Amino acid sequence: MYRSFLALCLAERWIHIRVRVKPCPMISVRDLRKHYQVHKRAPGLLAAFRSVFRRTYHTVKAVDGISFEIEAGERVGFLGPNGAGKTTTLKVLSGLLHPGAGEVSVDGHVPKKREDAFLRKIMLVMGQKQQLLWDLPPSETFELNRAIYAVPWAQYRRTLDELSATLELGDLVSKPTRQLSLGERMKCELAAALIHQPQVLFLDEPTIGLDVSMQATIRTFIKQYNERHGATLMLTSHYMDDVAALCPRVIVIDKGVLSYDGGLEDLVRRVRPEKRVVLHLLRPTERSVLDGLGKVVSVNHASAVLQVPQGAVSETISRALATLPVKDLTVENAPLEEVMSELFERSRRATRAAEVAP
Amino acid sequence: MSLRATSRALPAMVKVAFAEAVAYRAEMFVWMLATTMPLVMLALWRAVAAEAPVGRFGPAEFTTYFLSMFIVRQLTGSWVAWELNHEVRSGALSQRLLRPVSPIASYAVENLAALPFRALVAVPIGAVALFVVGRSTLASDGRLWVVWAASMLGGWLITFLVNVGIGALSLYMESSLKFMDIYLTMFMVFSGYLVPVELFPPLVRGAVEWLPFRFQVGLPVELMTGAHPLPEGIRLLAIQWGWVLALSATVAALWRNGLRRYAAYGG
Repeated sequence: MYRSFLALCLAERWIHIRVRVKPCPMISVRDLRKHYQVHKRAPGLLAAFRSVFRRTYHTVKAVDGISFEIEAGERVGFLGPNGAGKTTTLKVLSGLLHPGAGEVSVDGHVPKKREDAFLRKIMLVMGQKQQLLWDLPPSETFELNRAIYAVPWAQYRRTLDELSATLELGDLVSKPTRQLSLGERMKCELAAALIHQPQVLFLDEPTIGLDVSMQATIRTFIKQYNERHGATLMLTSHYMDDVAALCPRVIVIDKGVLSYDGGLEDLVRRVRPEKRVVLHLLRPTERSVLDGLGKVVSVNHASAVLQVPQGAVSETISRALATLPVKDLTVENAPLEEVMSELFERSRRATRAAEVAP
Repeated sequence: MSLRATSRALPAMVKVAFAEAVAYRAEMFVWMLATTMPLVMLALWRAVAAEAPVGRFGPAEFTTYFLSMFIVRQLTGSWVAWELNHEVRSGALSQRLLRPVSPIASYAVENLAALPFRALVAVPIGAVALFVVGRSTLASDGRLWVVWAASMLGGWLITFLVNVGIGALSLYMESSLKFMDIYLTMFMVFSGYLVPVELFPPLVRGAVEWLPFRFQVGLPVELMTGAHPLPEGIRLLAIQWGWVLALSATVAALWRNGLRRYAAYGG
């Protein structure tokens, strides 16, 4: 009797420990699929007429079986070329789209049910769509969101002060939204999205179309928000500076299929293991001289960029210093844009090869 | 979203919706022009009745009827079908779906908040004219006016729900505005908007009893103009609210299933 009681206690404790040790991930996606039927027709009047009677559809696999998990407080870059399925995934995660198949959960909620508790925890900010009321000043949207999310007044004022200070909103909030510039609107858009302090933030190209300094402001702000509130962040962007500045981890998808999930540094090392040695030169140097040191990526009268294997970096540097009029030099990774386009190209080649193979 | 949470957010939603309605002054003016059809019909039917009364309608009765129709239409209008169609195809509905408030509730609030402003100019003019010209032909029983008030709410609800229902069809077929055109044509004919329902031949009148159109605007106008004694008024009100319930259930099902198909275009 005593033994079985003890066994029961131990089992319960074990379960308790297991539960405590391995918390559920904030976002969990298992074998997510979303296919669309798209009506296809040739251009022209005849084709238009024909399409009235007979339509041909083809299936677009926007997302075709992806799985990943994201822990609370992580900042993850979600990358892929246009049409890869990034936005579709974010829309499924925020409950806008119903998944075709697979399981999705965000902090224990099933997004497609759009429960109140779920909607209060998340926010999807789309760079190309807005929630600000077009004809009214952003302050009206802030106020509306305060009421809808039942944010207590004191917390609302505190949050708004904090957002105004970090985003330098100033008197933007009292101008009609339609009269704001794209960058000003994006700042207000972010502020409106964060009034209720969501724990999970999906950002779909938040810096699209913004100038360099505005991009930097938005980036800094997003990072601060994540650090201050421990919010989980998933970001898509075609600007690699965004990804480099914000996301220690990246998930890459292409044609609806996941092709990489891991650290950004590892990704760069895996796709482009070579380093770049950037030489700033005192006077123009012949290309033939540079060729002997490594693969010449670019050269002009004042600088040259060489690509060399990681192990050969120090040797290349010593030889360059000994033989060339070097004013200054730096060692860098290949630019992320190049890394990404090479990765996409590889996965495209792999897909083509798989299609050709019997 | 829970009813309590929606009602808590209601004052702010109404305030913003009202501010939005005020932002579109030109549109409001055009809306007013678009709803002056009853005044055209008023002139037309008065000319017809000048020779001899049509049924129980002499020139004074027609005046009261169409001025009442003008006021009722101003106060029970809805345009959500167009908005919903646009928002489904442009993906703007996503922003509503992200918020913890039912999009249908937010459409309703926007609709109701815009009505008083849209009616601000038109209704007082209509009401004064009605009082001066047709006071004697208005219903005199105070209890009928209570039934009338309930029928106004019912009339708006039917109009709104039909709008949401037809708007929600765009979730299934990309665009459903042609349905709205057909619905509006039938509304014009069968609601009493152009011709008082009681002037229809008996067969058509029988059919109209079983259609929703008359309960949108015809019934409130009939009650205002004393066309029905109290028991008949209450019977018709019960049918009207039966329509409200039936449409609520249909629209809820259409909406819920439609959202599964929502494609959230754009972005």
